Amino acid sequence: MAALTTHHLQRAFGGFVAVDRVSLDIAAGARHALIGPNGAGKTTLINLLTGTLRADGGDVVLAGERVTDQPPHARVKRGLARTFQITNLWPGLTVLESVVLVVSERLGHGGEWLRPLWSHNDVLDEAWTLLRELRLDEDAARTTRELPYGKQRLLEIALALATKPRVLLLDEPAAGVPTGASHELLDTIERLPADMTILLIEHDMSLVFRFAQRITVMVEGRILTEGTPSAIAGDRRVRELYLGEERHV
Amino acid sequence: MDAARPEPRPIAPSRVHPFEVAFWIAPLVAFFAFPDRRLFASQVFVYGLFALSLDLILGYAGVLSLGHAAFFGVGAYTAGLLARLGWTEPLSGLVAAGIAASALGYAAGALVVPGADLSRLMVTLGIGFTLLEVANQASSITGGVDGLSDMRPGTLFGKLAFDMAGTTAFLYAFTVLFVFFVFARGLVRSPFGLVLRGIRENARRMPAVGVNVNRRLRAVFGLAAGMAGVAGAVLAQTTQFVGIDTLGFQRSAEILIIVAFGGPGRLYGALMGVTAFLLAQDYLSGISPVYWQFWLGAVLVLLVLLAPGGLAGALEILYQRARRGAWRR
Repeated sequence: MAALTTHHLQRAFGGFVAVDRVSLDIAAGARHALIGPNGAGKTTLINLLTGTLRADGGDVVLAGERVTDQPPHARVKRGLARTFQITNLWPGLTVLESVVLVVSERLGHGGEWLRPLWSHNDVLDEAWTLLRELRLDEDAARTTRELPYGKQRLLEIALALATKPRVLLLDEPAAGVPTGASHELLDTIERLPADMTILLIEHDMSLVFRFAQRITVMVEGRILTEGTPSAIAGDRRVRELYLGEERHV
Repeated sequence: MDAARPEPRPIAPSRVHPFEVAFWIAPLVAFFAFPDRRLFASQVFVYGLFALSLDLILGYAGVLSLGHAAFFGVGAYTAGLLARLGWTEPLSGLVAAGIAASALGYAAGALVVPGADLSRLMVTLGIGFTLLEVANQASSITGGVDGLSDMRPGTLFGKLAFDMAGTTAFLYAFTVLFVFFVFARGLVRSPFGLVLRGIRENARRMPAVGVNVNRRLRAVFGLAAGMAGVAGAVLAQTTQFVGIDTLGFQRSAEILIIVAFGGPGRLYGALMGVTAFLLAQDYLSGISPVYWQFWLGAVLVLLVLLAPGGLAGALEILYQRARRGAWRR
């Protein structure tokens, strides 16, 4: 079964159709990338998948379940997590507190007010394990706003992972990160469990071709083509529309 | 702006700081040192609890409210009316008032929570105005603008009467405040407390990690409203009077100023704010009412400009400087 499917997903802003009858099929455990020039509708698509935006038409199906009408937090509970292109964290919380918040919510403690946080050993153990895996443990006590930018990008991913997603949407995880560091970030992503389905939205073609087994190309709100990296690299339309531009940069 | 935020706290068993011990012993010293001011002190405890409840939604969850007195007033009227009807046992009256205010707060939360800051201000303001007018019109029950009086004073545990000197009132209000403070102190260190701080820091991020923001905010609204209601009930029981102004906008604005002044998001800030505010009001308006408005305005402006973390924030900075200074030597 596909991990994440869309059928004729549609969303317009006024007269501008940002996402136009998009039908996607992302296999379980896939390493899938979504590329396309600026304004192609990639971020709108992500917002439709996560429920941040409501679709005008069409459906989002998560592991066989239609989630089109569910709010974002309910989709997260069903295993769909995302990161943000523009860093979106809790500036005044420490790194540890941020991860603990997400883990305790997932384990159903988010509404508990009679038992102190420090006594939830299951939550703390899991949070520390995750921080160690992402090499954020040394920064655990630092306030998020004091973190260097690269580590904030890492924390973005940590928060998504703390929800234990089956499907992870990475919206330009390396945005603003220098090239060397962006490949380090991708190392981290590549170490994620193989059964986790990952959809990567990325501008940096070296990252996309290193990461993806399948690539979907979006242009002007529609899917232009989908295929293996070599097929996409060999596609004349893609080269003209997108990769050609990249080469000049 | 860092000074405006509470210090990052590690997630560890919270030790009781010596400052906290001193803070809670001070009122007991005052009990013996100023026996003629016990009634006044009981008012400080009442408003302390009221401020504490607002700090949970303003300082922790980051939700602005201009109608928090509505819940204070509903608690006061509930306890007052019960006492008038002959149900004079104070503790059960307190529970009833807390439940009534909490239910109203939870219901009101459904209207307040979904909006953005401005609409929240308007909705909380509107709820306050509506309740004030209801209390005004239903004068046969509430006493209208004359207030609710003629209530039979109850006795605590069937023994302690609320006396004119305020001895019982002092001990009663102090105990209630302390119990709810311990509760609030636990709450802000619980998973729920962390979720509230997350909402304050960046509410937009919360749904993406699976948090139902509206549900959590309604919960804290109901809890805080219940606490405010208990504070109102203690006021009604210790003074045997409920004025219509307990519901009013003036009261809501005052408590908001007090929490901002004391330092939101710190619990102790709210209590310090109340103490400083009521002492200054008592002293300055004793000289001349004009002085009070002038100095209140001046101090507010200065504090917001110089110490955005309020009284408690300023003290925190001083304390940390002193500690760092001590290490250097």
